[in-house]
Amino acid sequence: MKENWESVIGLEIHVQLNSESKIFSNAPTKFGSNQNLQACEVDLGMPGTLPVLNEKAIEKAIKFGVAINAAIAEKVGFARKNYFYPDLPKGYQISQLDDPIVGKGSIEIQLGDQEIKTIGITRAHLEEDAGKSIHDLFENETAIDLNRAGTPLLEIVSEPDMSNSDEAVAYLKKIHSIVCALEISDGNMSQGSMRCDANVSVRKKGEKKLGTRTELKNINSFKFVERAINFEIKRQISVLEKGEEIVQETRLYDAINNTTRSMRSKEEANDYRYFPEPDIIPIQITSDQIQRIKNELPELPDEKKERFINELGLSEYDARNLTYDLELADFFEKTLVNIDDPKLVANWILGDFSAILNKFDAEANNSKVDAVKFAELLTYLKEEKISGQATKKVLENIWENPDLSVSKSIKDLGLEQISDDNEIEEIIEKVINDNPDQKEQFLSGKDRLFGFFVGQVMKESKGKANPKLVNEILKKKLV
Amino acid sequence: MNLEILTLQEQIDGLREKKFSSVELVENYISVIEDKEDLNIFVSNDFEKALEKAKKSDGSKKSQQDVPLNGIPMVHKDIFCTKGIKTSCGSKMLDNFYPPYSATVVEKLEKAGSICLGKANMDEFAMGSSNETSFYGAVKNPLNIKKTPGGSSGGSAAAVAANFSSFSTGTDTGGSIRQPASFCGIAGIKPTYGRVSRYGMIAFASSLDQGGILAKNIKDAAIALQCISGYDPKDATSIKVEVPNFSEDCESSEFEHVVGLVTDLIDSFGDEDLSKNYGEAIERLEKLKIKTKEIELPNLELSLPVYYVIAPAECSANLSRYDGIRFGYRAENVENLEDLYFKSRGEGFGNETKKRILIGTYCLSSGFYDAYYKKAQKIRNLISGDFISAFKDVTSVMLPTTSGEAFDLGSITDPVEMYKQDIFTIPANLGGLPATSIPFGEKNNMPLGIQFIGNILEESSLLNISNKFQLGEK
Repeated sequence: MKENWESVIGLEIHVQLNSESKIFSNAPTKFGSNQNLQACEVDLGMPGTLPVLNEKAIEKAIKFGVAINAAIAEKVGFARKNYFYPDLPKGYQISQLDDPIVGKGSIEIQLGDQEIKTIGITRAHLEEDAGKSIHDLFENETAIDLNRAGTPLLEIVSEPDMSNSDEAVAYLKKIHSIVCALEISDGNMSQGSMRCDANVSVRKKGEKKLGTRTELKNINSFKFVERAINFEIKRQISVLEKGEEIVQETRLYDAINNTTRSMRSKEEANDYRYFPEPDIIPIQITSDQIQRIKNELPELPDEKKERFINELGLSEYDARNLTYDLELADFFEKTLVNIDDPKLVANWILGDFSAILNKFDAEANNSKVDAVKFAELLTYLKEEKISGQATKKVLENIWENPDLSVSKSIKDLGLEQISDDNEIEEIIEKVINDNPDQKEQFLSGKDRLFGFFVGQVMKESKGKANPKLVNEILKKKLV
Repeated sequence: MNLEILTLQEQIDGLREKKFSSVELVENYISVIEDKEDLNIFVSNDFEKALEKAKKSDGSKKSQQDVPLNGIPMVHKDIFCTKGIKTSCGSKMLDNFYPPYSATVVEKLEKAGSICLGKANMDEFAMGSSNETSFYGAVKNPLNIKKTPGGSSGGSAAAVAANFSSFSTGTDTGGSIRQPASFCGIAGIKPTYGRVSRYGMIAFASSLDQGGILAKNIKDAAIALQCISGYDPKDATSIKVEVPNFSEDCESSEFEHVVGLVTDLIDSFGDEDLSKNYGEAIERLEKLKIKTKEIELPNLELSLPVYYVIAPAECSANLSRYDGIRFGYRAENVENLEDLYFKSRGEGFGNETKKRILIGTYCLSSGFYDAYYKKAQKIRNLISGDFISAFKDVTSVMLPTTSGEAFDLGSITDPVEMYKQDIFTIPANLGGLPATSIPFGEKNNMPLGIQFIGNILEESSLLNISNKFQLGEK
């Protein structure tokens, strides 16, 4: 960002709650069934049908509220948000306005070595999801799929407390890890279980007043949040530097072209004509209910992080990164069952294992290498039966060939570490003999040539020589 | 035998004693209905199925308790969804609508053994007091075909008055059961809000709508009300309480009554006939040795403006689903989405419905919400409060049902004059209170009605006083 500017960001995150049935009907919520087969007469908004609140959605929303230390409303009432759209069957969305179920709360984020930053959460409220309009199925016609209509959503609204896209991503990841830990959502961003709108404004550094903001819609991955915000900050700065003004508007993020474009301005904005939903009588939430949910709360990401640091001796950095993604943390703990070396396991999970997940666009819970096999592989490394380089190769090999055992893979790739003293001595002698000049220079004080010899030995052994032994024997031989 | 003039109770007894069969009953009604087609009471009928069901009822071995209305023909207001049978709500918008589900009221009456003969005409989406807003044209009052039967349950009231059935279902948002009952010289009850499930009953104003019964007398209304009442898990606003035995309570001698009177308020209208009829009703109470007490309902006159903010506001949202996308009327030859909305809604809704959608949309608009909707809700609470205080001293309140008798079709063109039809009936809807209308007195050879309003969930007491009043001196 240009030096004299700063940006202010707030996020609205829509989390699909994983209740079995919809928030106001008995229709199932499962993702991926054939179009319109999971929508009943209530979801279709047919005449005379009425919404009945799914108590599970209330329960899940309270869980979230308790997890972020927010006040839970005593009275939860719903409101109608009126607007016309073909995939909104009733012509209004049942949402919450005045009595959001979750009040003010906060979470903490941390970037790299920076200090912990608290991000305020203004509110979180329950509402129903709309259906989907499909524009590319029929020529000149739009298809409507109402399977998603009525899926419970928790809309989590943050304070404008983030000052760059990195913080926004860290915040989003933190919310993601919390809802996953609470098991109130599957958190699957690619299936739309978590969607995000970003409110972005920029102002001159030191300015107290907030700049005019734009709302970015349709951001559905961590990567896009970062890109969309960065693009928008740049765009706003360049508009302002040209002496023009920011128009308060809703902009759509276009992931393909990495740009944002205007969707509608404030003047065209809907007047939602909110009013209390007469079909649903406000419900009372008792302190007993809140206490019970509090008692049943699972371990939260921050608590997990502390445990990893205090009990397993991980660094703050590793613990934080492991607990961003609970599946990764879970994989980590499962691996530890069979190999007692948290630091080693953490290193490998955050390093090469994560890289391979990325490469194959997989998640830890559907990893082709399970935790048992992964522990076995790391045990070979720990016992110095294979080198780090070899471990990497085996990992890829057993990923691509899931039926292959670790030992078979090592054998197939010919990567068993040479830990036989004599064999290593032989190689070392050959290397020294082949490089008399370097030996001379080393003996005359050029210490850093030691590394050269190690490299040559490893090369000669095709990476299989036990590095520790190579070091020991080389030291003796080079005297 | 003229089976069609029998009361519901007489039909139940006659069927049980095998004096006649359900098939005979149905056949009798069909011939009456076919004779009086000109009254324009039915929007649709299903005589074949009715006869089939009647045959089954006649052969049924089920006990009276399980099927209290076994083999009894009846009529549904066309606002109640009937599975596979056209449910139009009096609108062109739903002229092609065949719901894949039935309203809870419909299911309950089927379960009770009754047989639906047809669907009764009504004001479009229950918005009207004369039945003239129906897409299918106005119903004619069976007592005088130049007159309106009232509305919006005009078809249901006319059906009972014209002997199309001994009872019918109706809905009442601001008087839509009681006013037509009064105009057609029959009895009607709108129970407590939440007593009868609204599921499958097409919504007009959700916080005011309530299903009920129109019948030849209060006893019959009590019997039928019994069958449609009760908690429904499909309606979050239905009340989870036991349903008392209304037909027994209706005739019980256990109830003590103190009837609240508002003589001064009635006199303040300066309508001699109105005051006279109210005075005669008080005389009847005195003759029946029923205690009375003058009470005050200071905010009653605000009912009308409050109603005409809240009801249109709710209706403006409730009617948004009629957009031509999934069901109902869809305009042809449209340019784009907006055009589809404009034309489908423009062509599918009648003028009164459009007017109320516009009023409601305006009242809810940003900048007007506080001045209209919020204020109206506050006054609604005041009006409810008036009744709560009144019910500390009295067990029911007596009011006229309407300010006058049935008027000539086409005679009221000023919408505000038409809205004033509901001035005495609206307060019960605003308070969610049960209320009845009983034929009492007449004017210009047309019947008038007296209304009793009871306390929340006190239908038993309300039916009891209404029945006593209807029967008069022994």
